[in-house]
Amino acid sequence: MSLGPYASFIVTSYAAAAFVVVILIGWIVLDYRSQTERLRELDRSGVTRRSGRSATDRS
Amino acid sequence: MTLIDLANPTRFLALTARVLPWLAAATVILLTIGLYQSALAPDDYQQGATVKIMFIHVPNAWLSMFVWGVMSIASLGTLVWRHPLADVAAKAAAPIGAAFTFLALLTGSLWGRPMWGTYWEWDARLTSVLILFLMYLGLMALWRAVDDPSRAARAAAVLTLVGAINLPIIKFSVDWWNTLHQPASVMRMGGSTLDKSFLIPLLLMAIAFTLLFVTLHLAAMRNEILRRRVRSLQMMQASQKAA
Repeated sequence: MSLGPYASFIVTSYAAAAFVVVILIGWIVLDYRSQTERLRELDRSGVTRRSGRSATDRS
Repeated sequence: MTLIDLANPTRFLALTARVLPWLAAATVILLTIGLYQSALAPDDYQQGATVKIMFIHVPNAWLSMFVWGVMSIASLGTLVWRHPLADVAAKAAAPIGAAFTFLALLTGSLWGRPMWGTYWEWDARLTSVLILFLMYLGLMALWRAVDDPSRAARAAAVLTLVGAINLPIIKFSVDWWNTLHQPASVMRMGGSTLDKSFLIPLLLMAIAFTLLFVTLHLAAMRNEILRRRVRSLQMMQASQKAA
């Protein structure tokens, strides 16, 4: 596959798209870990939801 | 499961836990096929190999408007139906929409330099998409600026609905004004003007990116629900300590 004289523009476009998508996925995964960790800490300190379920209970 | 059932955040969390792995797998498979088909696509007689940039530029441009459309429907859900997950959906979509809009502008610019001889031109299409990008950033700033989530949700919903006026302007800018940007070639009256060798990889990539958005959006909504749960528990903990 030859990308011709404008290969750098094509490769930069695909690399930028991959980079931004990886950043988005990473941000969402790290945010999920951060929120679940904070819920675990609250659970350990004895705080429970109004329903009586523990902070980490998803049911 | 109906929309009413999904109004319960706990049920929504259970649903996302079930569907997210499948959605992520479908996204990876479709993206792989789309990228493979894009690599196999022939050079265009005018654009040469730079036509390959279109296979990521067009899906991102389509999603930049689609995400704002999703946020507009969610905003109606906040203001009219007061659906408990509507503002969660709108808030979670904004950074993802901003990222897709940024990619549409960047890849369009990288295509424009070799084809038009310039990275940027203040024509109606490019300028209206830049305004859309700035509106995404403004909306994200508004969410951060207001402490009370319900007040922030109402203000953001109004801003989103006002901003939706920009969507038809973006879509029809190439028809209403004389622009450097070419007119629509896929979604137009009379059908697509693209040859199948370009249309198939383009549609595959568009579906793959849309699935990527759905996956990321559901995951971001789950995070937002958990963040609100953390906030309410912390407030409960603070009030217990105060008492």
